[in-house]
Amino acid sequence: MNHFGWRAWPWLILAVWAFLALFGARLAIDPNQIDLQAILRPPGAADWFGADALGRPVAARLIAGAGTAFHVAFSVILISAILGSLLGAMAAWRGGWLDRLLSLLVDLLMAFPGILLAIALASILGPGLNNLVIALSVVGWVGYARLARAQILSLKTSEHVLAAKALGVGEGVIVLRHLLPLAAAPLLVEATFGVASVVVAEAGLSFLGLGMQPPDASWGSMIRDGARYMLVAPHLVAAPGLAIFIVVLAVNIVGDRLRDAWDPRHR
Amino acid sequence: MIGWFARRFGHLLLVMFGASCLVFLLIHLIPGDPIEVMLGEHAQAADREALRARLGLDRPLPVQFGAYLGGLARGELGTSIHSGRAVAELLVERLPATVELTLAALLFAILLAIPLGISAALHHGRARDATAMTFSLIGVSVPNFLLGPLLILVFSLWLGWTPVSGRMGFSSLLLPALTLGSGMAAITARMVRGSLLEVLREDYIRTARAKGLGPRAVIWRHALRNAWLPVLTLIGLQLGALLGGAVVTETVFSWPGIGSLMIESIQKRDYPIVQGCVLLISLSYVLVNLVTDLAYAWVDPRIRLGSSE
Repeated sequence: MNHFGWRAWPWLILAVWAFLALFGARLAIDPNQIDLQAILRPPGAADWFGADALGRPVAARLIAGAGTAFHVAFSVILISAILGSLLGAMAAWRGGWLDRLLSLLVDLLMAFPGILLAIALASILGPGLNNLVIALSVVGWVGYARLARAQILSLKTSEHVLAAKALGVGEGVIVLRHLLPLAAAPLLVEATFGVASVVVAEAGLSFLGLGMQPPDASWGSMIRDGARYMLVAPHLVAAPGLAIFIVVLAVNIVGDRLRDAWDPRHR
Repeated sequence: MIGWFARRFGHLLLVMFGASCLVFLLIHLIPGDPIEVMLGEHAQAADREALRARLGLDRPLPVQFGAYLGGLARGELGTSIHSGRAVAELLVERLPATVELTLAALLFAILLAIPLGISAALHHGRARDATAMTFSLIGVSVPNFLLGPLLILVFSLWLGWTPVSGRMGFSSLLLPALTLGSGMAAITARMVRGSLLEVLREDYIRTARAKGLGPRAVIWRHALRNAWLPVLTLIGLQLGALLGGAVVTETVFSWPGIGSLMIESIQKRDYPIVQGCVLLISLSYVLVNLVTDLAYAWVDPRIRLGSSE
């Protein structure tokens, strides 16, 4: 493979992930189809991924898990990045009590290790995909708010903003059109790494039994179920494990590259 | 310095108080009836009322909140719904295991990350750098709940070197500590490398080299002293992640600490215990951050001077 093609592999992984997540349901294999003849069947030439402890096809469950991870990751990142950036930007722009209130809230939420708060929230809200998205978004917006606030604070006295103010531009327009775009690069890098951490968090919560509920598939719950049969059927842990690892690795590499492109000090 | 310390301490108290309030609100204000969750939908009305009264949930919210804060101030965290034991007692019983695991993971991470990061920075752009950074990228990308079972498979089931689970002496600590510490080791190694590379570009490093100091002296006496600062902050922040990650790692290895207690209690819907675990872990996290700040101020005189005005 030429140099360019080799460097493109993380994007290729992400494209495959997105494709399976969006169109996997149409691939006509039912991930919950129980086949008692196939229980714990190891991977073979005909079926590359084998079957799980209930005889369900691991390949179809991997695809369903890709959908779960994709759905949760993009919902959480969209909600928390947009909400967090807007809140942080508004607080920095307005200052005063709004800023103090936001900073206090951020400090409070930062007093909890993120995954711990997500676990507590998910356990109180009850299991399920939507509650998982809510729990991870409640935890997730804080980072974007902090980052956006810091960026806007350093930008709000710049001359183009003063000029816009002098021209009588409304403050919503100033924040959205003249400030946030300048702060977009670090926020986008943060959001990219965010995709990786949400994929891990979703799988982790499902591993703990707090995310997707049986029979629906998540990479995390596949690892949890497979761990019991590890000695006889290691593919049940290896397959979803490899899926998580490759996706997270690809996202992290893309994140590193974006950061290097915008902030050459990291190179 | 004293003013700075007082301000930090005041902030600590405020955050601890706020975190306690937040935990209370989480449990009490989220839609849904905890009694129904605990007893199931088909429980008798009389049983529900009895449990509600026992937990004090029949009183008005402000009264409950007052009782909760009063209990916290006395170190009382309520009693377990299932066993009837005091939550504080259960936490004290489980705490040593979590502290042991977290410290072991921290030690492992630091011992691995610092030499790795330094060596990568000193061989910047060459094979050793690339290898170290590849390992660290892999370390960041393998979650605890995957690494744990894999390590169990190789070292416990295939090789038989370590116990599969539980807490029985040193050999049982190895795999959990490795699992919990790997992510932190990877992130810290990257930070050590990045921070050291940045410092090595500074003018005073060129000066030190120009006046004829050997590479060893330049690294140890001039570069590392300043490269430490961001690493120290990161370690403090990462300790929080360790405390959170301990929940998953303890569950994987059936390690009898606070994290596995929390997950067991979530499964049994024993909310007083869950509340106690969340409080204990987050308060430890806040304390760790204070200690990090203090260490930072101790290492870097600029911070003390800068904020004591």
